[in-house]
Amino acid sequence: MNENNSFHLEEIIAELKHFLPQQAPLKDFIHHNTLHAFQQSTFHDALHRANEIFGYKTYLQLSDYRLLFEQGKISQNALDYSLNLHDAIQIKEKVLSNYYDENVNPRIENVRKHWKESFHIDMDAMVHPLLFRILSSYLDQGIATWISPFSNEGFLSAIRQLEKSSATSFFRGKHARELLQDEHTSLLDLLNLVVGEEKLFEHYLFDQQFSHPGWSGMVAVLSDNENALLDGKRIDFKEFIHFELLLEIDALDYYFGEIWSPISYRIKEQITELFAPIVSNELAQVRAIWQDAYEKTYYDEVLNGLLSKANNQEESTPLLQSIFCIDDRECSLRRYIEQVHPAIDTFGTAGHFNVEFYFQPEHSPFYTKVCPAPITPRFLIKEIENPSTRKKEWHFNNKVQGLLPGLLISQTLGFWSGMKLLASIFKPIQNAASVSSSRHMDTAASLTIEHKAGEFSADGLQIGFTVLEMADRLEGLLMSIGLNKNFAPLIYIVGHGSSSANNTHYAGYDCGACSGRPGSVNARVMSFIGNHSGVREELIKRGIEIPDTTQFVGVLHDTCRDEMSYFDEGIISAENNVLHAKNKEYYLNALDLNALERSRRFVVLDSSRSLKKVHNKVKLRSASLFEPRPELNHATNTLCIVGRRSVTKGLFLDRRSFLNSFDYTVDPTGKYLLGILNAVAPVCGGINLEYYFSRVDNQMLGAGTKLPHNVMGLIGVANGVDGDLRTGLPNQMIEVHDPLRLMVIVEHFPEVVLKTMQINPATYEWFINEWVRIVVIHPTEKSAYLFVKGAFVPYEGLRHSLNQIDDDILLDLLKMEHENLPVMELNH
Amino acid sequence: MEKFIHLFILLPIVAFIISVMIPKKQERLLSRVAFVSVGLQFLAAVLFLILWISNGTSVLNLKEFSIYKAHNYDFFIDFYVDKITLVYLLLGSLITFVITVYSRYYLHREEGYKRFFNTVLFFYSGFNIIIFAGNIETLFIGWEILGISSFLLIAFYRDRYLPVKNAVKVFSIYRIGDVGLILAMWLSHHLWHENISFLKLNNAELVHHHLADNSLVGLAIALMIFISASAKSAQLPFSSWLPRAMEGPTPSSAVFYGSLSVHIGAFLLLRTYPFWEFQTIFKVILVVSGALTAIITTFISRVQSSIKSQIAYSSIAQIGLIFIEIAFGLEVIALIHISGNAFLRTYQLLISPSVVSYKIREQLYDYKPRVRNFEESWPKRIENTIFILSLKEWNLDSLMYRYLWNPIKRIGGRWTWMNFKYIFYVIAFMMTLGLVLLYFSDAIDDEVKHYLPFFFSVFGFLIAIKAFSERDSVRKSWTLILFNHLAIAIAISFNEHFDWMHHVWYLSGVIGSWFIGLMTINYLRKREVWISLNQFYGHSYEYPKAALLFLLCCLGFAGFPITPTFIGEDLIFSHIHYHQVGLALFTALSLIINGLATIRIYARIFLGPHVKNYHEVAKRSS
Repeated sequence: MNENNSFHLEEIIAELKHFLPQQAPLKDFIHHNTLHAFQQSTFHDALHRANEIFGYKTYLQLSDYRLLFEQGKISQNALDYSLNLHDAIQIKEKVLSNYYDENVNPRIENVRKHWKESFHIDMDAMVHPLLFRILSSYLDQGIATWISPFSNEGFLSAIRQLEKSSATSFFRGKHARELLQDEHTSLLDLLNLVVGEEKLFEHYLFDQQFSHPGWSGMVAVLSDNENALLDGKRIDFKEFIHFELLLEIDALDYYFGEIWSPISYRIKEQITELFAPIVSNELAQVRAIWQDAYEKTYYDEVLNGLLSKANNQEESTPLLQSIFCIDDRECSLRRYIEQVHPAIDTFGTAGHFNVEFYFQPEHSPFYTKVCPAPITPRFLIKEIENPSTRKKEWHFNNKVQGLLPGLLISQTLGFWSGMKLLASIFKPIQNAASVSSSRHMDTAASLTIEHKAGEFSADGLQIGFTVLEMADRLEGLLMSIGLNKNFAPLIYIVGHGSSSANNTHYAGYDCGACSGRPGSVNARVMSFIGNHSGVREELIKRGIEIPDTTQFVGVLHDTCRDEMSYFDEGIISAENNVLHAKNKEYYLNALDLNALERSRRFVVLDSSRSLKKVHNKVKLRSASLFEPRPELNHATNTLCIVGRRSVTKGLFLDRRSFLNSFDYTVDPTGKYLLGILNAVAPVCGGINLEYYFSRVDNQMLGAGTKLPHNVMGLIGVANGVDGDLRTGLPNQMIEVHDPLRLMVIVEHFPEVVLKTMQINPATYEWFINEWVRIVVIHPTEKSAYLFVKGAFVPYEGLRHSLNQIDDDILLDLLKMEHENLPVMELNH
Repeated sequence: MEKFIHLFILLPIVAFIISVMIPKKQERLLSRVAFVSVGLQFLAAVLFLILWISNGTSVLNLKEFSIYKAHNYDFFIDFYVDKITLVYLLLGSLITFVITVYSRYYLHREEGYKRFFNTVLFFYSGFNIIIFAGNIETLFIGWEILGISSFLLIAFYRDRYLPVKNAVKVFSIYRIGDVGLILAMWLSHHLWHENISFLKLNNAELVHHHLADNSLVGLAIALMIFISASAKSAQLPFSSWLPRAMEGPTPSSAVFYGSLSVHIGAFLLLRTYPFWEFQTIFKVILVVSGALTAIITTFISRVQSSIKSQIAYSSIAQIGLIFIEIAFGLEVIALIHISGNAFLRTYQLLISPSVVSYKIREQLYDYKPRVRNFEESWPKRIENTIFILSLKEWNLDSLMYRYLWNPIKRIGGRWTWMNFKYIFYVIAFMMTLGLVLLYFSDAIDDEVKHYLPFFFSVFGFLIAIKAFSERDSVRKSWTLILFNHLAIAIAISFNEHFDWMHHVWYLSGVIGSWFIGLMTINYLRKREVWISLNQFYGHSYEYPKAALLFLLCCLGFAGFPITPTFIGEDLIFSHIHYHQVGLALFTALSLIINGLATIRIYARIFLGPHVKNYHEVAKRSS
């Protein structure tokens, strides 16, 4: 074992970590590109490779595409366009009807399968259940009643210590036990024992770890990020592999006694290297053709709509302004608010509202990050003077599981459970067990927003922002959304969160820009900043004059219940209060309409009832234990439009678009655009691709149906008790999603956009490799440019007419139609 | 008032049949049939309870009809109602009602929506037959229905590996329980010289009189019942099946493994209490077993880091205590405990996904430093040892493999060198020999004749083992199971009071099932390249109808109450003499193993991850 080898091993381990699913523990669900490890290749290439190497389904089945074609959801024109694009017009007939063998024989498992094929032993059955149990027990965040006696000095040393003073062992035989206790045993030694031939090490390790990608991925994530768990557990990925190899050795000893040969000795055939080049084939081409045609059909509809709709820009003093999150779930709500009163202006921006900090709830020793995941804030904001107490749910008390307490409880309170059971069916209400967006921060509590000189937390975070820091953030926010004049008397900053019951993936329903937390604290902090007189004075110096009568109000929009709660209403002036009361009415009205529009996707919901009744039914979903789809979250997302509201106003986009306000006239050089693109590509692109892959392969890249899920150690879900952790999104979140790549549409000049997107290589990679498509709408020409292979080229449209629809007819249509609706222009 | 009983038995069965006929797409109708029928059942139960109380809470018995009658043999259906029945009826109908309403939304758009409601109603039918049963024979019908519907519910996600594997595992343990009941029936038939009804067991004098001279048989019967009850209620050493049964949708786990199914073992003990009431040794065994289970599974529960296995083991521990209560004759307390435990576990399981948000919130917003476990006050060595043992579930899961299934497989594996052709010749020779011997049985020396049944039953058992350990050919394994049945038939035939009609009863279902099953396999072989028993094929993905047909064949083959074989099985046992313990044992073992071999064939061909992966297929570990 020379140094050269171990260096190589480190490389393999690093690569392995890179390819494993990068899913954080449940409490921090963050959307990301499931195939992030392939991102340096172009989209179609990567998908083909992932299919051949790992056996993932990366496209729909051909039969699905052909059905979409028959239904007209892939248009004839788009197919022809795509055939041309791929230079494949001659195989059109084959694309349409030829049989292709879509079975795949992936490279993964090709080495390790020999345990079964050549040694006739079932290695996985011998190793997995025990390995998962021990690991899960080690990482457990609070399910087990008996807090494990594992020490916290790393995984291996914890097991060593436990075994050392114990009369029994995890292992069946002595051999593996001795190897464990011998601290000189290296990973390479074990690999030599189990695998034998060195050139198979990499393949074997990939096979081994990808036989349980869920747990391995979790270990890889925790290994790089010690603070990912509240009850911090140190675990090193290499130690985990080390232990797994020991279990395999133990299994081999059990079957064959002390004498057995490494796996490589019985592998006769030549094994293709895992990442050896892959030749493209016709099937791959046909799949790409269909996917591009599918996307083209929809993109074209949208671009046609954007380009040919009437421009209804009105320049009058607005009644109120609302700043929402970029989130696609706010897309329809904004439309309804504007519809309720024409003098209402809405904006969209990333939902942390340009304030980045950690939030510390009162009574909590922990900080929680409330800004996009890649940012590491320097600031801490604490909740103080929280007057409420948390309600308890005795069913989750560990005592209930005890023997004698259980004896008493089951004979007495057990019947109370029966009552609760009945109540939960017939009268679901939000209770201590359910997730409520409003509990993130108490409305009545105060926050330490303004920095008082010298106040720092123990670990050096600055508590609160100084006036200058606040001014920078307000200026950044207002400039990036193009709101630097013409302020309304009331400006609402609307964060969002979600409520649900019995939902293990709850963190994925909250605001992505706030690291999977509700955006309430950020909305409140930004409103405080906006109302701060010192900040306003500073902004005047910078050329932004906010009238004294204008006030900011922080709001939380619950996207599941379609409710809004307002923060610090006490500060609103008497004059504004009259307006505020009216505005709340407008919001209520818009929320009812929004709930109706959402309800059309919940097929069991009867949309023909009155608005209020439908809305109440929608609210019930957030409290119902038996509702696996409290809301549909980002399902159907496909667009991200960066531009003035006039680009999209009056267009029905069916809740499929992230909307980011941006005014090219305010930002002619693309200074603010850069920040937007840097956020949009990984955040919206990540969401979109996670939905894409969870949809096309819900079994391997998604989490499967959530109905049998079992919570493991509060960090992940598995099927049953012996299963691997499931990564990606459950079926109930993605079933209505159409797997289309995100199209970013920016309103600016092509040359400015091109220059801006090339500044940050990480951002540029998303676009140049076509994981996210980008189109520029030329603000003066009113024409579109598509980004292809590094340049913006004039966009070829396929259609030239736009459907018109009246507001009230749309409402009727929404009640009848469950499927996606086309892009339409709304007439009032 | 007795007529009410018909309603309780028939309503779920009718609902089941209706729901089988509803097309797949009709979600609303499917769920409505289920919750309306079970809801009606609950209302009727409440009404019945009021009537029953106002009539003075007398025990009701309803002898229905004889399915088969011979000189001293009478297989009759009998129903019985007392307060145990009523508690289980109210509990069962209420919880099933709640779960059907719950699942109506919860399972919306799930592949297998119809399958779910069909199976739930089927399960519920079996449950009702058990709780209303007036004799063991009737109870056994329900018992079998419960077993097979459990198998189907655990393997609800039939396209994944673990649910199917665990379903087979649970089935194999249930099978042990089934045979316990069969042997109990056999022994009690000889003890009473009739098919005794539970009503008669209440006659303490009668029981006492019969047990006085046969205390050993009495103990044996009680022990067989105990094995059945332990297997169904997941007591030691069977406990590890319960957490592994939690593979279906959460509500089905909640209703079946949280509450109803798992308390059926306790029901069996309550029901047979008058029989073993005065057998002190048995009561000691029961108490010790209950206590051991309670303690050990409590430790296992304490180390579980997954929510469902934690609830499962806690529930098992409570049932251990319930067994003790029953042993002490604390019927009312046991019934309260059962109901409370059932409600508690059902609700805990239903809200189990909420544990993440609740506990994370608790830690994040209301942090309390951890409290010491009592184990920490023990010497380190003891603490660690108990911890490791509990984490390994005291090896319970591997126990059955190590000491039962693997040895059987090994014995079967010994003959791999033997060509199937030779095996077939040997079997053919033996069969012919058996028939010839039978024909000339009058001429055979009594001494020799005495050993013949045993000899042939061992032979049959070996065939069963071979069928079970066959890894390769489906058709061979399938046909060996048939031979096993034939060998059993020959073995029994040497007993003097022998009636050819009994064989017709027994073999008609077997041969029919074998033939249709073979046709199904042939049909599949023509279309698919290669099918062996070495892996799961998951062909139900492309051949759901063939899968259903084959399942029915398997059920017929395994003596499930859909063919006359079911009664035949019991009849066969009635011909095994009291002193032929060896014959009874090997026949029983044959039945366990051929049942397992049968269900394994079904699982391997039609369940598990599909071999073709042109569509989404889950990883084996998921």
